[in-house]
Amino acid sequence: MELFHNPRIDWLGKKWYFLGFSLIFSVSGLLSIFFWHGLPLDVDFRGGTVVRVKFAQPPDADRIRAAIDKAGLRDARIQQPYGPAVNNEVLVTLSRSATNESAIDQGRAAIVGTLSQNYSPSAAQNQGKLDLDNASGTALTSWLEQQDPEHLGNSPDAETRYQDQANAVTHYRDADHSGIIDSIGDLRGVVDPAVLTALQQGAYLSGFSVRSVEIVGAQVGKQLQHQAELATLYSLGGMLVYLWFRFELIYGVAAVVACFHDTIITVGAFSLSNQEISLTVIAAILTLIGYSMNDTIVVFDRIRENLRLSRREPLADLVNRSINQTLSRTVLTSGLTFLTVLSLFLFGGEVLRGFSFALVVGILIGTYSSIAVAAPMLVAYQDWRARRGRTASLPAAKKARV
Amino acid sequence: MKTNIQTRLIGIIAVLVIFIVGIFGIPKGVSGTALKQSLLNRIHLGLDLKGGMHLILQVKVDEAISAETDTDVASIQSDLQKNGISGATVSKPDANRPDFIQVSGVPTDRSNDVSSLLESSYSNRFDIAPGVGNTWTLTMKPTVETEAKQRALDQTIEVIQTRTNTLGVSEPIIEPYQLGSYQILVELPGIDDLGRVKDVIQSTARLEAHEVLGDQPWPDRQSALQALGGYLPPDAELLLSVPGAASEGSPAEWYELRKIPIWGGTDIRDAQPGHNPNTGEPEVDFYLTNAAGDKFGQWTGANIGKYMAIVLDNRVQEVAVIKGQIHDQGNISGGGITEQRVKDLSMLLRTGALPASIEFSQETTVGPSLGADSIHQGVVASIVGMLTVMVFMLIYYRGAGINADLALFLNLVILLGFMGYSGATLTLPGIAGVILTIGMGVDSNVLIFERIREELRAGKSPSASVDQGFAHAWTTIVDTHVTTIVSAAILFIFGTGPVKGFAVTLTFGLLANLFTAVFVSRVIFDAHLSRKLHGEPISI
Repeated sequence: MELFHNPRIDWLGKKWYFLGFSLIFSVSGLLSIFFWHGLPLDVDFRGGTVVRVKFAQPPDADRIRAAIDKAGLRDARIQQPYGPAVNNEVLVTLSRSATNESAIDQGRAAIVGTLSQNYSPSAAQNQGKLDLDNASGTALTSWLEQQDPEHLGNSPDAETRYQDQANAVTHYRDADHSGIIDSIGDLRGVVDPAVLTALQQGAYLSGFSVRSVEIVGAQVGKQLQHQAELATLYSLGGMLVYLWFRFELIYGVAAVVACFHDTIITVGAFSLSNQEISLTVIAAILTLIGYSMNDTIVVFDRIRENLRLSRREPLADLVNRSINQTLSRTVLTSGLTFLTVLSLFLFGGEVLRGFSFALVVGILIGTYSSIAVAAPMLVAYQDWRARRGRTASLPAAKKARV
Repeated sequence: MKTNIQTRLIGIIAVLVIFIVGIFGIPKGVSGTALKQSLLNRIHLGLDLKGGMHLILQVKVDEAISAETDTDVASIQSDLQKNGISGATVSKPDANRPDFIQVSGVPTDRSNDVSSLLESSYSNRFDIAPGVGNTWTLTMKPTVETEAKQRALDQTIEVIQTRTNTLGVSEPIIEPYQLGSYQILVELPGIDDLGRVKDVIQSTARLEAHEVLGDQPWPDRQSALQALGGYLPPDAELLLSVPGAASEGSPAEWYELRKIPIWGGTDIRDAQPGHNPNTGEPEVDFYLTNAAGDKFGQWTGANIGKYMAIVLDNRVQEVAVIKGQIHDQGNISGGGITEQRVKDLSMLLRTGALPASIEFSQETTVGPSLGADSIHQGVVASIVGMLTVMVFMLIYYRGAGINADLALFLNLVILLGFMGYSGATLTLPGIAGVILTIGMGVDSNVLIFERIREELRAGKSPSASVDQGFAHAWTTIVDTHVTTIVSAAILFIFGTGPVKGFAVTLTFGLLANLFTAVFVSRVIFDAHLSRKLHGEPISI
C-alpha cells in the first residue's frame, strides 16, 4: 500500500499561502493572549487552591455554590462538569489571594468541611458518624478497633484483623469504584458480616469524595514559572547548537524559527480555547520542540544529500524534490504519532488532557511547519544572499559522518 | 552469513529474556494476579499513580538565627556580669534583624573593657562596630549566618526523616528543594491520612522549661502589658497557656516568662506515653539528658518556691511551683489531651525538635482512587495507541509490518525492563512518554522502510535495497533521536516529579528504539532474505 506515489507538488510555489496560514494562526493566538483570554495559567504557576471532587450523583451546581458561599469563599470558581459529565466531577478553584501563605490548606479544609456539612442532605442526622466516602484507611482501622464489632477486645491480632477489613473497604472503594461507594450494603461479601452491620449502623456515605488537592503558594508558583521559561529557552538553544554542529548555522536558524512558530501557535491554541497551561503542558511543548525538529531534520537531511548529488539544479526545485521524496515518511510518521497522541487525548483522562491537547495540536503544526516554514526559509535565505551579490549556493555542509 | 544471523538472533532473544525478567522479576507463579503482583514489585509507581502527598516546605531559618543570637545575648550578659560591668543593656533592637545585637548603656570608664571583651570572645562570629555614646553593634558574619541556616535546613530534613519513618511511610523522599532557598521537598507515596501526617511533620515540638517572672497570670495580653507598665523587659516574654495549665479547670492565661529557657528542645533524652497515676489521664512522660538534668537539678534546688512553666511550641502547658530539686523528668498533661495526641507528641519529642518552624509552600494530594483511575486510563490509552499503530503498519507494509511490530514490541519490553532494573519511577506523564515512544519509535521503521521502497523503485535488488535503506536512514535516525533526547534531558534537569518521569520513559524508550529499529529490524530482514532466492521480491 502507498499513500503517495511519486508526488510532484510545488511546495515553494505555495509559500505565500503558507505564510498567510501561519500568520493567521499565530496572530490570532497572540491576539487572544494579549487582548482576549490572556495566558491561562494552571494553579502550578498561578498559585492558589484546586480541589477535585467526585460525587455519587450528578452534582447540583447551585447547592455546591450555596455550600461554598456558606464557608465564606466568595471568589471560588466552580467548574462543572469537569471532564465527561458521567464522571460527576467538579473542580473548585480558589484564587491565590484566598490561599493564605501561612496557613496554606485552610481553603481546602473549608471546601471539604462545608461540602460535608452543607451538601449532603442528611448531614444533620449523620453527626458523629464516620464518613465512609472520605475516611482514610488508618481512620477506618482505628474506628473499627474502637467499635470492635467482632469482640476481639485487646487481643494482639485485633489490629491486623481490623486493618485487613479496612483495607478491603478502601480497596473496594478506591481501586474498583473510583472512590465512591454507592451503598454500604454493597460491601456485603467484601467485609465480614459483623463489620458490615457495624458500618451500617455507625457510618454513612456523604456522596462525595475528594480526589485530589493542589495548593500552591505564590512563591513556589513564581519559581516554577521562571523555571519553565528557562527550560523552553534552553531547549530551543540546545537544538540550535546541535543543528549548527550537524549542518550549518542557517539550517539551525531555520529549524529553530519553525519550532518557535510551532510553540507560539500551540500556546496560542491554549489561549484561544481558554485551557490552562500546567507543568505537564510545558513538558509537552518541550517535547514538541524536539519532535518538530525531527521532521525538519528529515527534510534537511534530504536537501543536503540532494545538494551533494546535483549542484546545478535551482535550489527551489531541489527543495521541492526533497520535500516530495520525504513526504510519504513525514505524513506517515506524524500520522502514526498523531494517532497515539489522539488515543491519549481520548482515553488518557482529565489529568493528561492539557498535555495531550498540546501534543495533538503541536504534532499537526510541527509537521506542517517543517514543510511550509523551515524549508522555504532556506530558499528565502539563498535568494537574499543572491540579491546581495554573495555566493548563491546554500552550503551543502560538511559531509555527513555516516 | 547464516551462522552470523543465528548468533544475532540468539543475542536478541537473550536481550528479550533479560528485560522480561527486568519487568516481572522472578514471579512467584504464572497466574494473572501473581504476575501483576511481581510487576508492581518491580516497577515503582509515582505519587500521581499510587496516591500520596507532595509537599514543599519553607524552613523559617531566620528563627534558627534568632535562637542563636538569643543565646549570644545571654552569654554577653553573663560575661559582662562576670567582669563586674553593670548598667549595660544587651538587646536585639530590630525584630526583623535576628542577626543583629546591640550593647548600650555602658559606663564610660568601662568602655575599653567591654570593647576588648567583645573583641576577644565574639569577633570570630560577629562583625563588631562601635557606635556613639558607648554602644556597640554586633552583626553576625554572613558566612556564620549561612552556615547556621544550612545547619538548620539539614537538621530539619533529618528530623522530618525520622518522623516519617515512624509513620511507616514506604519510600519517602525528603530532600532540599533546589528551586527555592531553604525549602524542602517531601514526597510521601501511599499516605492516606493526610491531616495527621501534616501535623506530625509541621509540629516544631520545641519543649522548654522557663522561669515564671510575674506573680500572677493575666487574662489577656493587653492587661499583662498594662500591669508591667506598658513595657516588656528585654529578657522576658509573654506566652499564652492552654486551659488547665495551672490547675484543674483553670482558663487560658498569659504568663510572663524569662526568655532564655532553663532547658530546651535539644535536651530531651526520651519521651513515652503514660498515664497519670492518680487520675488515669493520658500524659507524656519525658526525660532530660544528663547534662541538662544536672543543670535543671541545680537550678530547681536554688529556686525552691518559685514557679516554672513547661512550654511546648510557644504555648504554656503546665505551670507549677518548685517544691524541691527536680532532676531529669517531667510530664505534660491536661488541656484535654487525647491518647492519640500523647502517642504522637511522645514520638515528636523523641525525634527531637525542629530547629525552626516550617511553612507549607505547596501541597499536592492525590487520592488513591484517582491514582487507580489514572493507571487504568493510561493503560487503555497505551493499548489503543499501540494496537492502532501495529495494525496500520501491518496493512501498510504487509510483511515488513510484522517486522516493525516485532521491533515495536521488543522496544516496549526493553523500556519496561529498563524501568524495572533502574528503579526509576513511572508517573502518569511517564505513561504518556511510553505512548509517545510507540509513536516516535515507529518513525525509525517508517524512515527505513520508505527508503527501502525508494531503492526498490530505483530498480535495486531486494538485498541491496535493504542494505541501502538502513545505511541512508541511519544518520537521519540518529539526528532525530538526539534532538528529542536533548528535549527530554532538559525536562529531566528542570522538571519535578511527574514531568521527570516523562523525561525518563521518553529517553529510555528512544534509546531502546535505536537498538530495536536499527539492529533488531535489520536482523529480521536478513533472516528473511537469507531464506529467499537471490532477487526474489520481499513484502514491503
